[in-house]
Amino acid sequence: MYRYDEFDHGFVRARIAEFRDQVARRLSGELTEDEFKPLRLMNGVYLQLHAYMLRIAIPYGMLSSRQLRKLAHIGRAYDRDYGHFTTRQNLQFNWIKLEDMPAILDELAAVEMHAIQTSGNCIRNVTADHFAGAAADEVADPRPYAEILRQWSSLHPEFSFLPRKFKLAVTGAPNDRAAIQVHDIGLEVKRNEAGALGFAVWVGGGQGRTPMIAKKLRDFLPEKDLLAYCETILRVYNLEGRRDNKYKARIKILVHEMGEAKITQAVEAEFAQLSGTSLTLPAADVARIAAYFAPPDFATLPAISDSYEAAKRNDRAFARFAARNVHPHKIPGYGIVTISLKPIGAPPGDASAAQMEAIADLAERYSFDEIRVSHEQNLVLAHVRLDDVPAVHAGLERAGLATPNAGLVTDIIACPGMDYCSLATARSIPIAQRLSERFADLDRQHDVGDLKIKISGCINACGHHHVGHIGILGVDRRGEEFYQLTLGGSGDENCSIGEIVGRGFSSAKIVDAVETVVETYLGVRTSPAETFLQAYRRVGEAPFRDSLYVRADAD
Amino acid sequence: MALFRCGRIDVDDWVFPADDTQIPTAGRVAVPKARFLAERHALLQRPDALGLILVAGDGLDDIAPDLPRLGLIAIRFPRYTDGRPYSLARLLRDRHRFKGELRATGNVLRDQVTFMLRAGFDALDVTHEGTLFALREGRIVTVSDHYQPASREDSERHPGGRAWLRRSAGRSLA
Amino acid sequence: MSKPARPFHPTIATANALRSGAVVFRAPDGSWSRDLAAAAIAATPDAAATLLAEAMRDQDACKIVDPVLVEIQLDGAVIRPGSLREAIRAAGPTIAIPTDARA
Repeated sequence: MYRYDEFDHGFVRARIAEFRDQVARRLSGELTEDEFKPLRLMNGVYLQLHAYMLRIAIPYGMLSSRQLRKLAHIGRAYDRDYGHFTTRQNLQFNWIKLEDMPAILDELAAVEMHAIQTSGNCIRNVTADHFAGAAADEVADPRPYAEILRQWSSLHPEFSFLPRKFKLAVTGAPNDRAAIQVHDIGLEVKRNEAGALGFAVWVGGGQGRTPMIAKKLRDFLPEKDLLAYCETILRVYNLEGRRDNKYKARIKILVHEMGEAKITQAVEAEFAQLSGTSLTLPAADVARIAAYFAPPDFATLPAISDSYEAAKRNDRAFARFAARNVHPHKIPGYGIVTISLKPIGAPPGDASAAQMEAIADLAERYSFDEIRVSHEQNLVLAHVRLDDVPAVHAGLERAGLATPNAGLVTDIIACPGMDYCSLATARSIPIAQRLSERFADLDRQHDVGDLKIKISGCINACGHHHVGHIGILGVDRRGEEFYQLTLGGSGDENCSIGEIVGRGFSSAKIVDAVETVVETYLGVRTSPAETFLQAYRRVGEAPFRDSLYVRADAD
Repeated sequence: MALFRCGRIDVDDWVFPADDTQIPTAGRVAVPKARFLAERHALLQRPDALGLILVAGDGLDDIAPDLPRLGLIAIRFPRYTDGRPYSLARLLRDRHRFKGELRATGNVLRDQVTFMLRAGFDALDVTHEGTLFALREGRIVTVSDHYQPASREDSERHPGGRAWLRRSAGRSLA
Repeated sequence: MSKPARPFHPTIATANALRSGAVVFRAPDGSWSRDLAAAAIAATPDAAATLLAEAMRDQDACKIVDPVLVEIQLDGAVIRPGSLREAIRAAGPTIAIPTDARA
């Protein structure tokens, strides 16, 4: 993974000194809250329902064990012994004091971490495929480019006061695990016919109040033009994006209002000026960054691991874990292990400090010291020898982290919702917990198969409900929590926004409604091999609308 | 209110007549874009330097040909959170090669000074007391290492390594 | 014909403490308490306006951040939060918080 050099260390130190000064001026009253707010947001400090919340940047979701242990320590020393992994691969602490912030930032800097630009109207954490460098279907590793974009976007003088936040995502595989089509800029690393590396560039995707799928502006942008092209898009957005209405200020609205032809024209005209300038990426620099992500020292192993196969035969619980939580690796004899942070009945995405330390130990011992955070709020050990998976599983079991539900109905994605967030209109975590308990039976979960439920506690859609196979949006209806259901969303390369099929449900009824949806699917599918999403796309909303509303009303 | 340029508080040698006031026959005068376009011919005949006042949403295409003849462009930040002036400044410096004084005016606050200078502004018209104090006392904590080229390629240098890195020459409030 | 004005409900002033971020309520003596029961109640629109103005001055004095008036329900003399959101602010998340107990 990327390692800071003197320049990087110096930058973070200077930034901390600057923020320490800003915090001091705030506490002394020299800065008003209005003046301080954008500054603290640019350092990831929110004011939430109960306290300040700190959102720590985990660049493209990558952590070393040393960094994860430091996060555990910060959780203990400054918070309440746990953290929450987010849908943008970051970590949140919910009980932070403003006066502790400079000290926390010092601790983070010691392990090459920070909280810069995890909030505010600026360029946010660049996210990437959590299976990068490991998945068998990968064309090229997206992480070097995510790292280059991270650097270029850090305290960019022109783009620190955008109309609104700006999010980038990068995938290096045709199976898009980074949801690039619902990002402000989405990049797919690919090769052209000549074998040269470049990017498909998607612009104007996003969720929130008006979900939109991005438009592909370029099918192939040469590698060297990455920064120039992104700078172009940001400049057009900075100048033309709406600033009159917070809910119409993202680039997706600009793309929609200008139309694909006009925005392409504007971008290409500006790019014609910027290409070939100082932003051109020298191949040698890309190679140097890429070297940080070079494959680790994989052992030469047979594709089949006898001990792994034996463990599956002898231990049913392990077999179930292997079936869902171990993905094929491009190197024979290795597997990608998903650590589910969705134990039955628990808040999705949380990990205690002790659990973080347990994971750090396992990563150090069994996965070349790397942990990844997925945008679905799970963690990944990307390079585990199949021989070692039983030991990893045993270690996870001891830490309460061996839930074998990756991608199943209880692997729910949920924002913190009104239990934590000052923007929320309803709670999301209790709904996730109740759904999880309703579907707890593992045989039933396997029967249902791949199913992504995503829950947002307000229209800002931080739970990504628009791209859930089943999406749930919590709203306030006359002072009561009320939940809208959407069906058929997907964030992968066949991106679709979920459809509202009818009126919403009370808190008391929403779990039954989801169960009705699941039962309907089981009734219409051609076979267990047909997933929920496939079935929905085949039969459409009618059977679901029927069971939820027509038949229900008739009862 | 004070004008900060060349690293210190300076005397403002420009006049900004109100829209309904006649333009003085002599002296350095700056006018808003609409007035400039309406009275362009007369303004360009004046012997003394001419300046332009832009606001955040202004375009540059219709004034591009005249930019070399301007001694000052002042760009107004209606609110410090409105980032459009940064892009305008960069275009003026990099695209149009504007060599005159580029002045930030309006809601100019100390925590954005480094960004403004990197974007190409070389003068700051400051009314905010705390910012004035900080500038006078040299209290602005300037971050000198940067992760991207901006519009200071004449004074920022490449510190070696990755091509996109830049380093300011110490206190770059000159 | 305009709708009748919504009847005035008793309100309190709440905010977050500047340094710690903790949820606090403005007490009758002008201090800010973490205890909802200690909150000063504004029983009329004028009293509410005064309470908010005082809270805003406390923000300028750097004691608290983001002061707002929120409605409460009076159960005899006991103050109850007027909404689920305020109940959560006063009492904390409605879910069990992860602990280090296991592992």
